[in-house]
Parts: sequence; C-alpha cells; structure tokens
Amino acid sequence: MTVLTENLPTRDYRPYARPAWRRFLLTRETAIIGLLLIVIVVALATVRSFDSPLTVTYLLRDIAPILLIALPMTLIIITEEIDLSVASIVGLSSVMTGILTQAGLPFAVAALLAILVGTLAGALNGFLVTVVGLPSLAVTIGTLALFRGIAVGLLGTTAITDFPEEWTDLAKANIPGTPIPVIIIPFVVLAIIFAVLLHFTPFGRSLYAIGLNKEAAQFSGIDVGRTKFILFLLSGAVSGFAGVYFTLLYSNARGDNAMGMELQIIAAVLLGGVSIFGGRGAIHGVIAGVLLIGTLSSALRLAGVTSDIINVITGILLILSVVSASLLAWLHRRRAAAVGRRKGRRSIAAGGPNQ
Amino acid sequence: MTTTTAPPAGSSAAVRLVRSIATTRETGIAIALILVVVAATTANPTFLFSSDGFRDLLLTPSLLLLVAVGQAIVIITRNVDLSVGSVVGLTAYLTGRLFIDVEGIPVIVVFLAGIVLGGVLGAVNGALVAFARVPALVITLGTMYVYRGINVAWTGSDRINASDLPRDFRGLGTDQLLGIPVLTIIAVVVLIVAAWYLRNMRGGREFYAIGSDPAAAHLYGLKVNRRIITAFVVSGGLAGLAGVLFAARYGTVSSSAGTGWELQAIGAAVIGGVAISGGVGTVWGAAIGAFLLLTINRALPILGIDDFWQRAVVGVLIIGSIVLDRVLAVRQHRRLIAQREEGR
Repeated sequence: MTVLTENLPTRDYRPYARPAWRRFLLTRETAIIGLLLIVIVVALATVRSFDSPLTVTYLLRDIAPILLIALPMTLIIITEEIDLSVASIVGLSSVMTGILTQAGLPFAVAALLAILVGTLAGALNGFLVTVVGLPSLAVTIGTLALFRGIAVGLLGTTAITDFPEEWTDLAKANIPGTPIPVIIIPFVVLAIIFAVLLHFTPFGRSLYAIGLNKEAAQFSGIDVGRTKFILFLLSGAVSGFAGVYFTLLYSNARGDNAMGMELQIIAAVLLGGVSIFGGRGAIHGVIAGVLLIGTLSSALRLAGVTSDIINVITGILLILSVVSASLLAWLHRRRAAAVGRRKGRRSIAAGGPNQ
Repeated sequence: MTTTTAPPAGSSAAVRLVRSIATTRETGIAIALILVVVAATTANPTFLFSSDGFRDLLLTPSLLLLVAVGQAIVIITRNVDLSVGSVVGLTAYLTGRLFIDVEGIPVIVVFLAGIVLGGVLGAVNGALVAFARVPALVITLGTMYVYRGINVAWTGSDRINASDLPRDFRGLGTDQLLGIPVLTIIAVVVLIVAAWYLRNMRGGREFYAIGSDPAAAHLYGLKVNRRIITAFVVSGGLAGLAGVLFAARYGTVSSSAGTGWELQAIGAAVIGGVAISGGVGTVWGAAIGAFLLLTINRALPILGIDDFWQRAVVGVLIIGSIVLDRVLAVRQHRRLIAQREEGR
C-alpha cells in the first residue's frame, strides 16, 4: 500500500489563485460597502441637514421592514428560489393585527397571532413549492394576489387606526441617547442569527449547495425539500413581524399596506451581491445593499430630487450590478483563456510535457 | 415488439378533432370562462343581454389580451417581462402628448409611434437579457423601475384628458363593427396572427425549442439571442399598441396608467396554461386567461361577492391552474412510463 502514496504527484500549484487580501477585498460585497461609504461621505459633504439625527431616524425607520425581510429573502434566493409574496404577507399581517386588536384582544396576543398568520402564509408557499413541486416564481405570483386579496377583502377600504399608545410609541421610539430607532435592536439580533445560520452552520452551507446544484445536493444527503420549506416558513414569519411593525409605525392597518415592497426588497438583495442563479451571496452585502438604496434615496430627497428619478436610479443600479457581474466573469474567462494559451505555446516550444 | 405506441383506436378525422379539443388545456379554461359568464347572466341578465353588458364583456379584456399575448411569447422562451406595465404607461402618455403637441397628426402615425416606442423599450430589455446573460426577471425588474420613473418624470402631475384627444381617435375606443368593438377586433387579429406564427412557422417553433432547452437549441444551431430579442421586441411592441388603445379607451392618462399590468399579464398567461418554466403553452390560452381574469372581476359583484375579494379569487385561480398543470404533467409522465413498460 505504501507504493500508492509514493506515486502521488506532488502538488505544484498554489492552494488559491489569488492572495488572501485580494480574496477578501475584491468581492462584490466590498464593492457595495465601498459604494455605500462613498454615498454617505458625498451626501454628508454636499446635502444640507443630511447629518441631522432626524434624518438618520427616519431613514432607518422607513427601511426597517425592507432590512428585516431582506434577511430570509437572501437565503431563499441563494437556494435559487424566490418569494414575491412577502409584501402581501406584510399587508395580511397588518390587517390581522388591526382586526384582532379591534376585537378586544390584548395587543401582544394580536401581534403574535398576526405573526403566526404570516408563518402559515409562508408554510402555504413552502408546501406548494416543495411538496407539490411547483416553480416558486409562479407560486408566489399567485399567493401575492391571494394574500393581498384576503387582506383587502377582510378590511375593504376601511382602515383601523386605533392602537394602544404604549406600543405605537415603542415602535417610534429611539434607543435612549441615540438617533437610532428601537426596531434596529430586533433587526441586529435577527441579522446576527441569519448571518451565523447562513455562514457558519451546515444548514447554511447546504443552501449554497442547493443553489449551485440541486441534484448534487440531494445526492450528498441534503433534504432539499425540508430545507426550502423551512426557508419559506422563516420568510413568512419575518414578513409577519414586519407587518406588525409597519402597523404600529404608521398607526394604520390597511389592506394595501406595503404594496409593491416585494420588488424593492428583491432589488436590494440582488444589488447586495446575491446571484439570482443561486449559490452566491452574503448577509453583509445584502445589508449594505438595502442601506445603499435607502441612503441614496434619502439623500436625493433631501437634495430636492423627486422620487421618480430615485426610482430610475434604483433601476439602473440594479441593472448595472447584475450586468457588471456578467461582464467581470466574461473578462475573467478571457484572461484565463489567454493565460492558458500562452502556457500552451510555451510548453510546445519547450518540447511539451506530453510527447 | 416492433410497435411502441399504437394510436388510439377509431381515429377518423372527426373523432380525432373532437378528442384533441376535449383534451387540450385551453378547453378547460374556456369552459371556466363560459361558466362564469352563464352564472353571472343568470344572476343578472344585463351582464350579457344588454348592449352595454355585451360590449363591456368584450372591451375590457381586449387591452390586457394584447399584453398577455406578448407576455406569453416571452414566457415560452423561458424569460419573463415585468416592464410591460410601465411600457403601457409610457406609450399611453406619448399618445396624448403627440395629439396635443402635433396639430392634426394622423391617427395611424400615432399608432406607429406607440408600437415603435414599445418595440424599442422591449429591444433594450431583450438586448440586456441576451447579451449580458442575466435573468430576464432581474433586468425587467430594473427596466420596470426605469421606464416608470421616466414616465413619472415626463408626466409630472400632468394628465391627458379626453378633450385633448381628437374625436375620431376616441371613437376607436367605443366604436363597433357589426356589434363587436373595434378594440376587440384589433386584439383578436393580433391574437390570430401570433397564434398562427407560433404554431406554423419555423421561427415560432424556435421559441418553443429555446424555452424547452436553451443549451440544446444553441447546440442545434438556432440563433438563440436573436430569437430572445425578437420575443422581447414583440412583447414591448404589443404593450405599446395596448398603450395607444388605452388612451383611446379611457381618454384620461395619468402617470400611473398600466401600473400592475405586468402581474395581471403573467397571471393571465399562467392561468391559460403557459408554463413559467418555458416551452409549453399557446397564446390562445393566455388570451382566454386574460378574458377569464377580467370577466371574473366584473362578475363577482353581480354574484353577490364583495369586489374587494377579486384579488383573492385571482390568486386562487393562478395557484389552482399551476397545480392542475402539475398534476396533469405527473399523470402524463406515469402514463408514458407505463406505456414503455408494456412495450417491452
């Protein structure tokens, strides 16, 4: 048996193609974080009153639902699925909060039940995708209409605006001594949980495996169906929580709350470096992506730019981020091919190894 | 064994025709449409048997039909076009602006301008999808924002009013030919041309080939990029046509015209049996799906269901039809396996 090991060829290539600093710094996540810092610095220098504490408070308050839902959405997109129904679940949970509070339940119970409804909605998505085996894009376009329809159907055009003051105050409060709203605390906790789950657990690693190759993941012992079901469940629960927060923040439970937010969330997640083909992405990039869109629109609004131009910029950013990824991959392939050709010519000129 | 699968017995031409009609996916959705119309008419006869009711029945879905046909072609190539709603809004506003800014402009020129603008916007989508190799979902999500933003920036708080449009153009929205609205005739002509091309022409079949397996289509030598761009140009052009007709039908155009049409169009196509994973379905299905969607919207209040529940019904319809498609596909798969086992 010793003969075998002696005959093993010695490894004559480096363990990594690029040195460590380049692997850590030249990533899409770093690029987005850099862009975010540039936007903040430029805004601080040029936009008046961008540095006021009130700006920070309103900015974080308004994007908190997007920040929250972007976390499970990242995991879902990494497994090459998508959930378009999240904003409808926010609306449904908001309406449930309102109706249950109006029915006389203590607010905490109403909120918990609303989150439970959100989780059930996520379970329906998960069931249709994993058990029935339907494409998630089609399923969640259907449940987008269904959940929104139930929300609007339950309340009609009326709105419930009567909520206990201590809870609405809590949603609008800041962490004492800072301009940072309280909602950021649960967000940070969730972000840490999701980051650990995605990057440091076998479960998280299996998500990348599923996204890169579903069949291979299945054959290597990953329960693909159960994993995806859990993700849709998480997405529903977090969306339900965001719905309760949304209701409290604006003291308003309506069927059309958070309409169209699903596209903002997906745009932010993709901008943050998650590949729509699955198998690629990181939590810190996504958080930077959400903050980038939020900061940019807040700064532009303060500078007097109208919201439609901000939409144009969001769209262009999204397209540029995905097109640049393709372009970089193409350039990389070309360079690798050129290097390979040069090496090939050299080895032929030197007599070649395989003569 | 030499024969693998025997054709069903008793296959005279008539029997085969009946059987093929009875088993196509579109028949089921058409029956559902007829049931809805019958139910609504028994509840309130004016739903169908009044000149207004009959006209509305045909008129309302005609615009969505155009957009859904374009969407179906894009989905058949395994892509999706989320920007159609914004294209409808832009071209509808362009239509109004042309009539206001250019004195006495011929109606046909306005139509061409709308279709060309839509086609160009579609070509942008198609080129980005084909050459950057980025999923259409992402690209068209981006262009949806961009086109809508341009529209809002251009329109501002301005709106086109019916009085800005010439009388003969507005007439297009209400005129009838032999009792059938002109808008519907335009939509049906487009539908027939698209259906014929997809079924009978080489180019049309290539859409299906690309949607079934893009890599195989490429290896086979099909011009995949060119076909995908064509599909997006057609989708954009039809959305442009729908935008011009939107102005004719409603008279008022604000910056929110066409909002949310993208999901309705996708919903119509999916209900009509166009598979979101590409390669399956017909524009007929998408067209009937568009009719079913909007007819249900009108029928619900008559059937005594609060029209706030419309969207929920639409959601149930979409989910129900994709579940049905899945069940049928699984059964077909099992039957083919059983046939193969017998053949051995």
